Amino acid sequence: MLLGRTANGLYWMNRYIERAENMARLVDAGLRMALTRTQSASEEWNSVLLSAGSDVAFKQKYQDYTAADVADFLLRDTSNPSSTMSSIETARNNARMVRTALTRETWESINEAWMSLKRMLARPIDERDLPSVLDAIKRETALIRGSFYGTMLRNEIFDFSQLGTYVERADNTARILDVKYYVLLPSISWVGSTLDNYQWESILRSVSAHRSYRWVYDADYKPTNIADYLILNVRMPRSLTFCYRFLSEHLKFLSDDYGERHACHATAEKTQAMLRAGSIKDIFDAGLHEFLAGFIRDNTRLGDEIAQDYKFY
Amino acid sequence: MRLAAFDEMLPEVSGLRRPYSAYDRWLKEQDPARLTEKMQDAERVFRKTGITFAVYGEQEASERLIPFDIVPRIISGNEWRRLTQGIEQRVQALNAFLDDIYHRQEILRAGRVPRDLIAKNEAFLPEMIGVRPPAGVYTHIIGVDIVRISEDEFYVLEDNARTPSGVSYMLENRETMMQLFPELFQKIKVRPVENYPQLLRQSLAAVRPQSTKGAPTIAVLTPGSFNSAYFEHAFLADQMGVQLVEGQDLRVVDGHVAMRTTEGYKQIDVLYRRVDDSFLDPLTFRPDSALGIPGIMDVYRAGNITIANAPGTGIADDKAIYSYMPEIVEFYTGRKAILGNIPTWRCSEPDSLKYVLEHIHELVIKEVHGSGGYGMLVGPAATKKECEAFAKKLAAKPSNYIAQPTLALSTCPILTDKGLAPRHVDLRPYVLVSDRIQIVPGGLTRVALKEGSLVVNSSQGGGTKDTWVLDD
Repeated sequence: MLLGRTANGLYWMNRYIERAENMARLVDAGLRMALTRTQSASEEWNSVLLSAGSDVAFKQKYQDYTAADVADFLLRDTSNPSSTMSSIETARNNARMVRTALTRETWESINEAWMSLKRMLARPIDERDLPSVLDAIKRETALIRGSFYGTMLRNEIFDFSQLGTYVERADNTARILDVKYYVLLPSISWVGSTLDNYQWESILRSVSAHRSYRWVYDADYKPTNIADYLILNVRMPRSLTFCYRFLSEHLKFLSDDYGERHACHATAEKTQAMLRAGSIKDIFDAGLHEFLAGFIRDNTRLGDEIAQDYKFY
Repeated sequence: MRLAAFDEMLPEVSGLRRPYSAYDRWLKEQDPARLTEKMQDAERVFRKTGITFAVYGEQEASERLIPFDIVPRIISGNEWRRLTQGIEQRVQALNAFLDDIYHRQEILRAGRVPRDLIAKNEAFLPEMIGVRPPAGVYTHIIGVDIVRISEDEFYVLEDNARTPSGVSYMLENRETMMQLFPELFQKIKVRPVENYPQLLRQSLAAVRPQSTKGAPTIAVLTPGSFNSAYFEHAFLADQMGVQLVEGQDLRVVDGHVAMRTTEGYKQIDVLYRRVDDSFLDPLTFRPDSALGIPGIMDVYRAGNITIANAPGTGIADDKAIYSYMPEIVEFYTGRKAILGNIPTWRCSEPDSLKYVLEHIHELVIKEVHGSGGYGMLVGPAATKKECEAFAKKLAAKPSNYIAQPTLALSTCPILTDKGLAPRHVDLRPYVLVSDRIQIVPGGLTRVALKEGSLVVNSSQGGGTKDTWVLDD
């Protein structure tokens, strides 16, 4: 038996852990672009902010896009509710609230991540330290994930946690693709300029997939392959299909355990079926942007339905 | 100010006391540098596990550790037996007093406690008149604060009959000591405290409502994760294996209190609440309370839920009532109190007030309803100006204050940079009441870390120690 409020806390704790890490990954990709393509740096930072959903808030505070400002805003600014620092703080507050549902190892890993990131992000980051800060963020979230997978019982507590992880991750991957969808469109891609190559690598890098891509699709970056990889590949842990495979699985565990199906089950299954049946050609034919916008909308609705069906509030 | 205090390890007159002999032998063999290291280890353990408490009004340091000292406070088996007899008697009397006060009020009729003291007291809940809690138990969990003055003199400083806190520190302190010094526990037979959560759970289950079918569902009610004692609420729920709920999780469904789960509402039979009376039910008490459950008092009066501790128990630990405890114990148990009270002047009485005002620089003066060491004056440690300011407040509302002599609380050594140094301590054992009374051998020793200070409250610079009751 699980309190609705506890399920809510677990769900958001995991969404925010995922988000804390995604911010680091986005900054990492942006930094890479800015270093290699100095002319288009500010454009690149703009798409990083768009992917993070933080462009409006950023513009209220800053005039220009510089690496230092964007990194500061996305990593340590506590007035930005999605920054890594805010996210880890929210994750920890949720963890504190649901503490009785977590193993000691899981709680301690979150608490320690919070302590160490708070210390590290207390002062503005020197640009020379940025790579090591990004590494540290990824390491802390990896430790949380490790303790979580290694020690938690696979019960409803685990299911609600995973729902949070995969809803957030699917949203993140879809947004990254949507911000850059135009560089993946055939009309431009057939040209295959150097700039395109950088853009494509940047997309892959922001989901930590620039190496694994080569294992699957050879060394050449092709926009259809990249889209295929991030949308339809069932083995790629940040692809939309992968996320929905697990969302459906955990929702099924819950409906089996509780003996009751809800609206969220139908929604998740519908999206999963659509991903399974589609080919990347179909998606491009129907319009990549339209597809992604629709996906993000459905994914948000799934989150709302989960909250309602399982009495989070 | 320095008072000649009795040191529990090494009194000036008689030399090393027996209960400490084995520990002292061990201590002498230790490398001081290693001990300092252990002390830092202890702090790391506490921080890592998040055993913190929130301090109100301090933004940045909103989560702090209660300092922990690694020198245990040791009580012999004999001393403990004597203490437990006194505590049991007192706890029995407290429950009998509460039952009487909310029913026939014999003690008022007999003129042993003034009627005004009850009728005009905010801690008295008229809503509880005529209500008999399940199994007739009012105070399921009590923390009795005890101070020591000499080899044989123990006094009760305060009865905490509402929602005493600190038991998680008793448990975590022991856990930490066993991690740091496993060899000590092999050498010295210390009675265990770690079964407290199981005892608490059994004790709560034993006082479930009569109508409960099957095993009762128990939950701990917390004001939320921003409460200063949240760690303890989560800890106890976790250790007992019960749900930790907030007011927003609960509502009254079909005449029972129920919690909102992912599968709908589930009935609760016993609620260990860590929320004050006034916040418990916005329909009965404070209408602005968002921490409570609207209608829970109706469920309670219908006998469909056990609330631990019962609402209205504050009337038994009020500082004005405290001064009548010797009479109360004798009235209900027919015997003299085994554990004494500290002599107390009630400032509401003109003669006492006069005495208190004349001797303000010698006395400790407390607010009747205060807690946590706030709003009190330690006369000998205060400046003349502070005394004068306090005297004005006192004269303006005398019934709001009591006064006690400044006692030389016993000391126990702590480890400092310069080796062992004596500091004043008190002791809070935890008592569980159901169909029986159980006292876990140990308790929370609070220690005033500042040299010479008598204030042991954690909110005012106090720390804690592991408390050993020897199995001898």
